[in-house]
Amino acid sequence: MINIKEVIETNTMIEKENLDVRTITLGISLLDCIDSDKKKLMEKIYEKITRLAKDLVPVGRAIEREYGIPIVNKRISITPIALIGEAACKSPEDYVEIAKTLDKAAHSVGVNFIGGFSALVSKGMSVGDKNLILSIPEALACTERVCSSVNVGSTKTGLNMDAVKLLGEIIKETARLTKEKDCLGCAKLVVFCNAPDDNPFMAGAFHGVTEADAVINVGVSGPGVVKTALSQIQDADFGVLCDTVKKTAFKITRVGQLVAKEASKRLHIPFGIIDLSLAPTPAVGDSIAEIFEVMGLERAGAPGTTAALALLNDQVKKGGVMASSYVGGLSGAFIPVSEDQGMIQAVLDKALTLEKLEAMTCVCSVGLDMIAIPGDTKASTISGMIADEMAIGMVNQKTTAVRLIPVIGKSVGETAQFGGLLGYAPIMPVNSYSCEKFIHRGGRIPAPIHSFKN
Amino acid sequence: MMKKTVITVVGKDRVGIIAKVCTYLANNKVNILDISQTIVQGFFNMMMIVDIHDAEKDFNVIQEELGQVGEETGVIIKLQREDIFDSMHRL
Repeated sequence: MINIKEVIETNTMIEKENLDVRTITLGISLLDCIDSDKKKLMEKIYEKITRLAKDLVPVGRAIEREYGIPIVNKRISITPIALIGEAACKSPEDYVEIAKTLDKAAHSVGVNFIGGFSALVSKGMSVGDKNLILSIPEALACTERVCSSVNVGSTKTGLNMDAVKLLGEIIKETARLTKEKDCLGCAKLVVFCNAPDDNPFMAGAFHGVTEADAVINVGVSGPGVVKTALSQIQDADFGVLCDTVKKTAFKITRVGQLVAKEASKRLHIPFGIIDLSLAPTPAVGDSIAEIFEVMGLERAGAPGTTAALALLNDQVKKGGVMASSYVGGLSGAFIPVSEDQGMIQAVLDKALTLEKLEAMTCVCSVGLDMIAIPGDTKASTISGMIADEMAIGMVNQKTTAVRLIPVIGKSVGETAQFGGLLGYAPIMPVNSYSCEKFIHRGGRIPAPIHSFKN
Repeated sequence: MMKKTVITVVGKDRVGIIAKVCTYLANNKVNILDISQTIVQGFFNMMMIVDIHDAEKDFNVIQEELGQVGEETGVIIKLQREDIFDSMHRL
């Protein structure tokens, strides 16, 4: 039988170290909603989402209460809308109407985000893909809960540089249309290389076409728990350090597995994967940067940070796969700047630069995430930053993502405020030399040689 | 079937905490399977493993009413399903 020490340990993790289930994300396939009549398409989409997700929030709350573990977000991911809308949507404006339908459905079932206003264009763009991408700025400006992502490359296909170029412009336009809210629209837009089909985390979640009709994916988190565990072994060597991260990741993942199974049973929807990602929040103590500090780095960004992150990311995965047979999504450590108090401090202290962050993304589970840059950064420069990050993902056969916010009217030294889980971010300086000619070439960067494995 | 549930009581130690909780449980047909206590950082910590299978009231109602008992006694009382501890600490 369970003993008092174990009970206290679990409850301390929850109450003092911010252990939580970050999200229960219900993935819904909209493939059966496709229709060439836009009105019918919108009706079918609204009907299917509200039917399948009607109990998601109440079930999430019940599990929260019975197990005493917070489930911070209940969310929905859907089949990339570029695929679903192509037959009916003949212009970007048509796609904006779909976005409004999604927002309405999200409000109706009470989820805080719906992800999948997306296009997969790693090799080329169809007419529908392009219309969807062109609709993103307006769609994100006129909706509250819709999240968008575009996959512009993969190890197998190479990089679609036409899409990379276009997205630099789209990010600028999204910023312009949401400038009253410090360009918040850009916080809901992710550019991917090697995007996973089953990621439950926003803003990059979508329900891949390889997935079943509906599926429950759960994201668990707990940077604070890892930090506390590591602070108890301050002088230990790397062997002990790794072992401690692994054991902690195991415990966290088991809680996620329990919640996922329970949600799956109560909603009568199959369980997909657990995504074990150390996802920070703006709360003090819930930070990846603070884990680096406990490991022995004065600040995130100090020499050794990339090695520390590599170790952390790998041990989290190793502990996680022992705890659940179905680990998927992004699983690893997230390093969003605005959502992590310690990272913000490291930027303010000039310990952490954009270039160091880029190096860190070679070994973390995502990429340049939630980084505020000067509002006058050129579209081609943003495309260049995207291209660099996508190249890292393509060559290293991993997911990389870019979520940059050019904050209009603000420059280095100022701060962008996004509020809530999205936090706030100091504006970071960007290399001012031009990459315009490079970006304007157009076409594709071919897949790397090691992708030919057939 | 047994429905194992964990009750935790945390707060400043005083006379009669266990008595009050046990009285409530007895009145509501909740069977106590195991009980232990310890002091952590000066705070009284008690844990009970109980079976709520025969209880007439719902889990939510017991949870709420135990919370009120806690408020009256100046301690925090929580009711959680045992699975969360089992899944974290047992292979």
